[in-house]
Order: sequence, then structure tokens, then C-alpha cells
Amino acid sequence: MHMADALLAPAVAATMYAASAVTVGASVKTLRKDETTAKLPTMAVTSALVFAGQMINYTIPGTGSSGHLCGGMMLSALLGPQAGFLSMVVILTIQALFFADGGLLALGANCWNMAFYGCFVGYYLLWRPLIRSKLFSSLGEKAAGRIRIILASVLGCVITLQLGAFSVVLETSLSGVTELPFRAFVGIMQPIHLAIGLVEGLITSAVLLFIYETRPELLMDVNKADTQLSGKLSLKTTLAILAVTAVIVGGGLSLFASANPDGLEWSMFGNAESGYSENMGLDEESFGISSGAADTAAAIQERTAFLPDYGFADSDMAAGTSVSGLVGSAIVAGAAAAICMAGGFFRKKKVAAKA
Amino acid sequence: MDKLSHAQSELREMDALAAECSPIHALHPLCKLLVTVFYIAVTVSFPKYNFSGLVMMVLYPVIAFQVSGIPVGLCFYKLRLVLPLVCAVGLANPFLDHTPLLQLGTITVTGGVVSMVTLMLKGVFSLMASFLLIATTSIDAICAALRKLHVPGILTTLLLLTYRYIGVMLEEVTVMTEAYSLRAPGQKGIHISAWGSFLGQLLMRSMDRAEELYSSMVLRGFNGNFFYADISPFCLNDLLYTAVCAAAFLCARIFDIPGLLGSFFVG
Repeated sequence: MHMADALLAPAVAATMYAASAVTVGASVKTLRKDETTAKLPTMAVTSALVFAGQMINYTIPGTGSSGHLCGGMMLSALLGPQAGFLSMVVILTIQALFFADGGLLALGANCWNMAFYGCFVGYYLLWRPLIRSKLFSSLGEKAAGRIRIILASVLGCVITLQLGAFSVVLETSLSGVTELPFRAFVGIMQPIHLAIGLVEGLITSAVLLFIYETRPELLMDVNKADTQLSGKLSLKTTLAILAVTAVIVGGGLSLFASANPDGLEWSMFGNAESGYSENMGLDEESFGISSGAADTAAAIQERTAFLPDYGFADSDMAAGTSVSGLVGSAIVAGAAAAICMAGGFFRKKKVAAKA
Repeated sequence: MDKLSHAQSELREMDALAAECSPIHALHPLCKLLVTVFYIAVTVSFPKYNFSGLVMMVLYPVIAFQVSGIPVGLCFYKLRLVLPLVCAVGLANPFLDHTPLLQLGTITVTGGVVSMVTLMLKGVFSLMASFLLIATTSIDAICAALRKLHVPGILTTLLLLTYRYIGVMLEEVTVMTEAYSLRAPGQKGIHISAWGSFLGQLLMRSMDRAEELYSSMVLRGFNGNFFYADISPFCLNDLLYTAVCAAAFLCARIFDIPGLLGSFFVG
């Protein structure tokens, strides 16, 4: 799910960087209150382990294919959401820098899509409420704990991956790099990540169950049912987080919606060029209030727009410049090749001189 | 070679490249970081049909690769991770966008084809720039540059420590995977019966290791702050490099230089 730089417009990338930076700042602030110094080596070793652990192939029975570990859920279950988030940020940075998995500009978006949802939404919405709850306690303490861990891991991975995949679609669509309609893109991404989330959840739960059986004190919130959180508070917290998630997702969706003509807009301007009688056939350019201030504002907007309007106003002119553009591009490509050859020549000379 | 061994050798390769000497290696890490981020931002900001303008952006990585002496082949190997998603998103464009843009004889080049090619070029150029940054700058220097940008110390220390331990963990996991595969020949991955215990055992050992590591760090005077190698101050060369690169990228973005060059020949 790592996004590449090419899939993001600078404005979207900057927004995601800002969102992730705020989360990093809040996490660092929260962690400073604790004994962070003592936690640092544990965070580093655990994130290095998760990084290496994500490369292990786990055979999915009966399919012949393999799955991987879900990093965000595992780290937040072991270290807590803030430390888990910072560890995921570091893993994603190393992946982007050294393995070209994701991009430097897309790092903010990747941190949000994979670390924020996995660590914060996964932990506060599912892990903590479920692990501290008294669900299945009639089955005995140990068995109930096991079921709660499986449920929290699987649900956590599925939901956070769904949110992450939806964010990828939203960010790519807002960046205007794909012609795929939003619905079709969502239709492809969500089911794929549903299956991935399910498998990743099962693998994560298997590892966490093993820890639960052998060293339960390493897991967050285990055996803390009655100490800090009452059932009432957990419901409140859950509802609050659900509301925040709804606002984020809803806000993102409305942003997307505003960038595209809605049904009303289509009915007014949609077929204006062909002059269909089905709609009002109005010309969008000549519709609305025209004033000096509006024209100036439009001119400023055109100059400063980060997300350019990709429409081609004058296709004849575009085709005309394209031929010279192609010739010019060929010249630039030739120059690049010449630079490469010159570099190779001088290096050979240098090696020969050294010998 | 499997995925784990590949990752280990890739890390070693990058470290070796960053330790070499060249005019690009000698630049201040902050200047390289800023130029790289600005280059990527300008590259991805090109409109989807502006193929000729985008081609100009190839010159920066090509020149920098030649000056630094970094082999380009290594960079293209890394494309295997970036290109699949970019291709998956871009390949739909030719089928959905039929806007005719150019007539080359009997062939009509549609907007979808152009936008697909520009998207892929953006992916390749961005990767080349990031690769160049990390191949000419060590992780310590990057962390020092990030500290100069006021990135929290916890994050940079964590980055350095994690990077240090990734090598150790990769080695441990490789040994475990090899041992497992020798005892389970013909099996593609880890069987469901060992899903939990395989990584769980290592996780528990690692947690203990982290405690020992912390104790040893405290005994050596660790108080939560890392002292970074003293990077040279931002000198005139660095300033000049940053200014020239930024101006060149902006010129390439604002003016259609290949178009002007082409019209000079075509008329």
C-alpha cells in the first residue's frame, strides 16, 4: 500500500505531511511525559524486528500464496499507540530512503495511511476497548483473553487497512493523476485490502497470542480490565473516536465531491457543448455573475493553483506545440545521453590514470 | 537469494556508496535534502499532459549521477517496488481518456497515453532523486540535517537506532528462516502451526536484548540525547548549489524549454 511520489500532487502531499507532522508532535509530547529514554532501545529493537518480520512469508493454508505481518497493530499492541506510531514512521522512512518502497514526498501520506490508522485507530477503537472489556468472560479468563486478542487483531487489521486503502484512493483521486472513476478505484482497492487485512490480522493475532501465552506483561492493556477503564468510559471513548473518524472520512469525501461536478452541476452544464435538450444546456463559461473582482480572483487562482485544471482549452494549439515539444524532448534526451557518455568516458580515463 | 538476504545486501551497498568521495558527496546534507524534496515537488507538479516540460527534469538526476559516479543500474533495480502501483494507476488512463492530443502520421496519440507516460516518468525521476540523496549521504548525516530542521530528537535517535538494529534483526531472521526451510524442505513459507512461535520467540529475545542494550547505553552515559557527527557548516558552495538547482527547476517548470528548442528546429 506504499504510495509513490508520482501518485500525489504537491498540495495533497503537503497536507498529508502536515497531518502526520502534527501526529508526530503530539506523540512526542505525550511520550516525553513518560520515561522515553528507557523506552527508546525497546522501540528501536521492536521496530527493527517488525521491519525484518514483515519480510517473512507465512503460508496461507490451501491457497499456495503467502501473507505478511501487520506492523501498525503489532507495534501499538506492544509499545502503545504513540510509541508504535513513531516506530512505524521510522520504519516507513527507512523503507522510503533505502528500499524505494514509497517516496520521500509521499512519506507523509504513507505515515497517515499505514501508521496513523494502524496505531491510533486500531489501538483506541479496537485493541484497548476489546482487551479491557469483559467479553467472553464466561469461557474462563485465559480463553476469553485469547478470543479478545484474535478479535482485536483481526478486526483492527481489517478496519485499519480498509481506512488506509480508502485514503490511498482519496489522495490519488484528489491529486488528479488517474482517469479511473472514484467508485471503480474504490471497488478495486477495498476488496483486495479486505483479503489482505484478514490474513495479516490472523498472522498478527498468532504472534500476539504466543506472547500472551508466554509473557503477557509485554502486551498493552492485558490484565487491566478493572484498573483504569470502566465500561462506560470505553464506550464514550469509542464513540468519540468513531465520530472523529467519521469527520475525517466525511471531510475527505466532501473535498473530493467538491472537486467534481455533482448531479445538479452536470444537469446544468454537463452536455452544454452538444446542446442536448435533456439538460438545461447552459454554457458554464458564460454562466454566473461577471465582475472585475471576480475576474481578478479567477486570474489569481489560475496563477496560484497547486492542483492545475488539466482540461485542454485549445486542443489545436496543444497539438501544435506538441510537435515542437516532442522534438525538443528528443533533444533533451539526446543531451542526457551525451552527459552519460561523457561521464563514462571521464571515469574510464580517471581509472586508467590511477592504474 | 531470498528477500531477507537481498535487503541486507541492499543496505550494505547503500552504506558503501554513501562512503565514497565526490563533489556531490561533499555537499552539506541539508542542502541535498532540500534540493531533493524541491526537485520531487516540482516534478510531480507538472500537468499530466505536459510531457515535453517534464522531460527537462531528467537532466538533474543524469548530471548528478554522472558527477557523483553512482551507478544508475542499482537505482533502476529499485523501481520494481515503485512501478507496480504507479503502473496499476496509470495503465487505466489510455482506456478512459481518448482526448486526441497529437497526430503522428496515421497514429493519434491520446491524452490517456500521454498522461500514463508522464505518470511513469514522474515515478522514475522521483525515485532517481531519492536514490541519489541516500547514495551520497550517510544516515547519520541525514539525521543531523533533520535535527537542523528541528525534527524531534526522539525521532532521529530512533531512526539511527532502528537502522543499526535492522541489520542485526535481518541477520537473525535470515538464520531462522534458513534453519526452518532446511527442516521443512519444499515448503514455501512458515506453516500455520508455527505462525505465532516463529516470530514470537525472536520478539521475546529482542525485548530482553533491548533491556540489556539500554543498560549498556546508560552505563556509557546515555541520557536520551545522541551526539551527531559534527557536520561542516553550510558554506558558499552549498548555498550556490541549492540556489542554482532551485532556479533551474523553477525555470524548467515555468518555461517550456523543450518546446522552444523544438520550435527553433521545426519552425
